Amino acid sequence: MVGVKSIPSPAISADDRSHEVDHPSSLVAHFGAEQPLRLDCGVDLSPFQIAYQTYGELNADRSNAILICHALTGDQHVANVHPVTGKPGWWETLVGPGRPLDPDRYFIICSNVIGGCMGSTGPASINPATGKVWGLEFPVITIPDMVRAQAMLIDRLGIDTLFAVVGGSMGGMQVLQWTAAYPSRVFSALAIACSTRHSAQNIAFHELGRQAVMADPDWHNGGYADRGIHPHRGLAVARMAAHITYLSDAALHRKFGRRMQDRELPTFSFDADFQVESYLRYQGSSFVERFDANAYLYLTRAMDYFDIAADHDGVLAKAFAGIQTRFCVVSFTSDWLFPTSESRALVHALNASSARVSFAEIETDRGHDAFLLDVPEFFDISRAFLQSAGKARGLNGGGD
Amino acid sequence: MSVQEVLPLGGVAAGQSGQVRADHLLVAEMVKPGSKVLDVGCGDGDLLQLLEARGIDGRGIELSREGVNRCVAKGLAVVQGDADTDLVNYPDDAFDYVILSQTLQATRQPKVVLENLLRIGHRAIVSFPNFGFWKMRLQLLIGGHMPRTENLPATWYDTANIHFCTIKDFVELCDAINVKMERSVALDLYGRPVPLNLPWWVWNMFGEQGVFLLSRGGGK
Repeated sequence: MVGVKSIPSPAISADDRSHEVDHPSSLVAHFGAEQPLRLDCGVDLSPFQIAYQTYGELNADRSNAILICHALTGDQHVANVHPVTGKPGWWETLVGPGRPLDPDRYFIICSNVIGGCMGSTGPASINPATGKVWGLEFPVITIPDMVRAQAMLIDRLGIDTLFAVVGGSMGGMQVLQWTAAYPSRVFSALAIACSTRHSAQNIAFHELGRQAVMADPDWHNGGYADRGIHPHRGLAVARMAAHITYLSDAALHRKFGRRMQDRELPTFSFDADFQVESYLRYQGSSFVERFDANAYLYLTRAMDYFDIAADHDGVLAKAFAGIQTRFCVVSFTSDWLFPTSESRALVHALNASSARVSFAEIETDRGHDAFLLDVPEFFDISRAFLQSAGKARGLNGGGD
Repeated sequence: MSVQEVLPLGGVAAGQSGQVRADHLLVAEMVKPGSKVLDVGCGDGDLLQLLEARGIDGRGIELSREGVNRCVAKGLAVVQGDADTDLVNYPDDAFDYVILSQTLQATRQPKVVLENLLRIGHRAIVSFPNFGFWKMRLQLLIGGHMPRTENLPATWYDTANIHFCTIKDFVELCDAINVKMERSVALDLYGRPVPLNLPWWVWNMFGEQGVFLLSRGGGK
């Protein structure tokens, strides 16, 4: 009989979930019955809440606000210690004093997306109508729904026009949705490693992840929360599969090659002999500590449905007709999840709309995840784009 | 129009090298302030910076990734693209001027590119090295080899310039596709304009490069 070690259970109990989900260690904007969120599926979500973090100060004429949109498994903790994992913020490479997004210069906002599990209303939240966790009773949400909720938050903060909306991957989708839905409210847009629509291959990978979650007997048709359990095995497998798509063959080879994990010879078992296996298992098991399985289903679905052109008679350029927003589009050579060809299609549509657009493809072997990593050329471009936009916006010190 | 009207040009910021190219100054002078300009083959963005310093809304297309990234890092609105394949994505009349500086000879289809420039822009400004320049002629005539100059040092087998032409050739192309020449300037080896009251053949002999302000002809 071969030795098998399954993915370890998370270090935290299911009870820890409820604290960040309903009472996050963040600022929270509550929207009552008078302000429902009108969802694309036809449901009015009410009441709901949005958890958000801010960095820096809003200036007197309210012209220096930057909204950061987080990716699929990201959250609002951009540049502070994460309340669950204790790790640094996920974009501290880009956001911080002296960094391209400098809180000494800009008022930086990041909110947890609607449908998420870090304090904004989502499937892991308590449904006030039943007093139970929403689970699959939660309405299906879309990228435009997330952006609509963010716009309500920005209204609440008294900000009319955002100086910039910035995001990568699913965050980049939100950036593009912002420019399509609220062009006059976005002065500049930095869309990184993203696309105006989710490709068939990406939908396929998401379906694989969802099926992994749903195949876990602990999922219970989404009703696991009532039982005080969590389908962590299924969610970990989903994360492992997804994580491969965030890397590249070259990066995996460089990081791990065929090297063995703490051993010289194969064990002739299904244990994690290879470093790459051990790494993936770690990625899976650490992910389930901070993420809700149903939220993963909802957010992957939102990305699948995303297609800006479909909302504009199938013509992408129509979505950006007459737009004054300044765009910077960035892609990475080894990103096969959101390849450069997707960014190029966006740039062509923006050109056809005579939009002011910069587009840089950055050479790296680090795959889709490059936007989260230390890539100096990407930082130089982000910094210069924002400084140039700041100059045009008349922000103090924007032109240095 | 006189040489003195063209140069010198006041109030223009120098590029990072501190040295502004003579043909860039000439091109910048041809563009009306406040206009919207597309620079096709914008290289490191020196001309775009010169134009933006004059309050012009400039955009660029550049083939090389390194060039694009250097431009974007300067805050310029530049995208990676190819004059031969990507101009079709731009709508009619999107720009006041479309500039093709020292790039026409490197395109696969110069005629199609030129037609696209004047479809996208109300006007086009085109500059290119003149293969009819006396030094070029001399190298071919006396040396018996393909000409190489300080500005065009590449050998025939590794040059990106696959469609060289003379000023005379270019004028003929413009006539053939009904393009009107609003202004024409030939620059000598030192970037000085060749006196304008001289006949065409002198330009074609002594102009090291030609710079042309073009507009759509009135129809045939």
